[in-house]
Amino acid sequence: MDKLRALGRLVVLAAILAAAQAHASAGAALEKAHIDPGNIASLQRGASNFMNYCSGCHSARYVRFNTIGKYLGLSEEELVDNLMFNAEKTFETIQASMPENDAARWYGKAPPDMSLMARAKGADYIYNFLKGFYLDPDSPTGVDNTVLAGTSMPHVLWELQGYQKAHFSEHVETNTDGSTTTTHEFDEFELVSSGKLDAKEYESFVRDTVNFLAYIAEPIRAERRKLGTWVLIYLVVFLIIARMLKKQIWKDVK
Amino acid sequence: MARIEAEVGKPQGGFMKWIDDRFPFTSTMKYHATEYYASKNFNFWYVFGVLAMVVLVIQLVTGVFLTMNYKPAAAEAFASVEYIMRDVEWGWLIRYMHSTGASFFFIVVYLHMFRAMLYGSYKKPRELIWIIGMLIFFVLMAEGFAGYLLPWGQMSYWGAQVIISLFGAIPGIGEGLVEIIRGDYSISDITLNRFFALHVIVLPLSLIGLIFVHIVALHEVGSNNPDGVEIKQNKGADGVPLDGVAFHPYHTSKDLVAIIVFLMLFSAVVFFAPDMGGYFLEHANFEPANLTATPEHIAPVWYFTPFYAILRAVPDKLWGFILFGTAVLLPVFLPWLDRARVKSIRYRGWIYKSALSIFVVTFLSLGWLGTQPAEPIYVLAARIFSVLYFAFFLLMPYYTTVDKTKPVPERVVYHG
Repeated sequence: MDKLRALGRLVVLAAILAAAQAHASAGAALEKAHIDPGNIASLQRGASNFMNYCSGCHSARYVRFNTIGKYLGLSEEELVDNLMFNAEKTFETIQASMPENDAARWYGKAPPDMSLMARAKGADYIYNFLKGFYLDPDSPTGVDNTVLAGTSMPHVLWELQGYQKAHFSEHVETNTDGSTTTTHEFDEFELVSSGKLDAKEYESFVRDTVNFLAYIAEPIRAERRKLGTWVLIYLVVFLIIARMLKKQIWKDVK
Repeated sequence: MARIEAEVGKPQGGFMKWIDDRFPFTSTMKYHATEYYASKNFNFWYVFGVLAMVVLVIQLVTGVFLTMNYKPAAAEAFASVEYIMRDVEWGWLIRYMHSTGASFFFIVVYLHMFRAMLYGSYKKPRELIWIIGMLIFFVLMAEGFAGYLLPWGQMSYWGAQVIISLFGAIPGIGEGLVEIIRGDYSISDITLNRFFALHVIVLPLSLIGLIFVHIVALHEVGSNNPDGVEIKQNKGADGVPLDGVAFHPYHTSKDLVAIIVFLMLFSAVVFFAPDMGGYFLEHANFEPANLTATPEHIAPVWYFTPFYAILRAVPDKLWGFILFGTAVLLPVFLPWLDRARVKSIRYRGWIYKSALSIFVVTFLSLGWLGTQPAEPIYVLAARIFSVLYFAFFLLMPYYTTVDKTKPVPERVVYHG
């Protein structure tokens, strides 16, 4: 029992450390994306959004069309008609239409591949990024982003979202040596010209797109969870039998 | 045939006799399993040796299948891992088992080592088992480190950059040594290639050899137990230790239960949280290695972070490296640092119990601090815990001498 209690203490300690960890990594608060990985309709819309608005510049070079088709319940014909704009065969991967070398010259660096972006940065990050473009006359693209300041990505979704201004509040802190440091903290957006979608519609457009990106980052996710449940059930049964076997073998040990 | 049989007689004793005349099969099985007696009062802490073997097998088997599709080249490594994850049948499962196995290997080995500290398993006559075990631990660290470069992600690259450059702190030979390790002036395709060679041949082979020797040494002196009583000193008329039960079928049936519980935890991670919140698979490693962009925050994988925190706690590069190396090496000397007359924590006094508790907190805290950015408050904490880490080992000859111990019973305590 002592050992168990010691173990319990370790668990509590680990929990405290984990809580401290969560607190330490809070940083700039990102709005939750609230994606629904099980919602096939949302994923289908997201796939269409990605192919129509993103894939001109962003590749997803590890993702095959037929993998997507199988998961999203799309026939080969539907894939060809709705998603494959620059690909011939369904086993091909998603390549950007824009040549990478040109892109690097035009933007300073080529737009990143999106296959794993949701795992590298998190779905919430992309969700906030796509909602975070605001007008900035000093930027060569006319916009900047609250999530990734100084991004060279133009606001490609302006037609849908419209343009927004960002309001910042200024905080002046006096340092110990008397000098001052000014920091700008983002407060809120103000829509200055509306797009085709209203705020709610744009939000769900972004959510679907991010949902799709999260899906392609790990297409096997749903399957592994389903399989994992069966594996655990099997192990529970095995555990009961092994436990009985152990009891039987040890029953004479005094 | 008939003529030979007429001369020497028909073969007798059947198949096993035929084998045993040519290979010591039955006697080996007896020596290592059916007549290897270990104490009947093994508790929870005694399962981690077997579990380490289980993880080793998982790593060897999944590793072989990974090499069938992995490409050890800077231009292809990252893509080949994604190919395994997406296009190879069951590749995702094999890869997740291998990446999860790496972390579980260290969890199991750390707990296995902690068991030795709880019950004084490193003390006479098991010093050599302990030293071989430490060698296994060092090879395992090298194996984990080499393996972490192979996916060629951002953290693979920059983590390796940080650790390899440590060797540059050694005066005189440092720079040359770093070049030898990398095989190049920076981490490159060449480095990846040689790390692959180390990871799949040299280190696993050394690991298997050392584990074999570890077990041979263990079976020579016999296993310790939670009471630290030598069961061989109380033998029955048949020469069997009174408190011992045969490894097979007694301990094997008990270990089977532990293995299944272990597999449940392992599967829970593999199937439901293979990244483990960025600890088992770091987020930055989902971006391919980029030589021109340093990640904001470089942290080695969690199993190196206790030692990494000590390294970072020291402002001087050379001294940081020395303390880092010393921290890794110090446990080797435990058999001689520990002067207590008793082995098990059950019969030790409050001083050792407190020291060990503080050490556990210290080790876990250093591990956590090593994952954090080097902010002043964390560095200060890391310094305090580093001092505690070294104090645990260096003051041990003193506090284990003055600590009041309780009398050790003749026989092991067992409640059936």
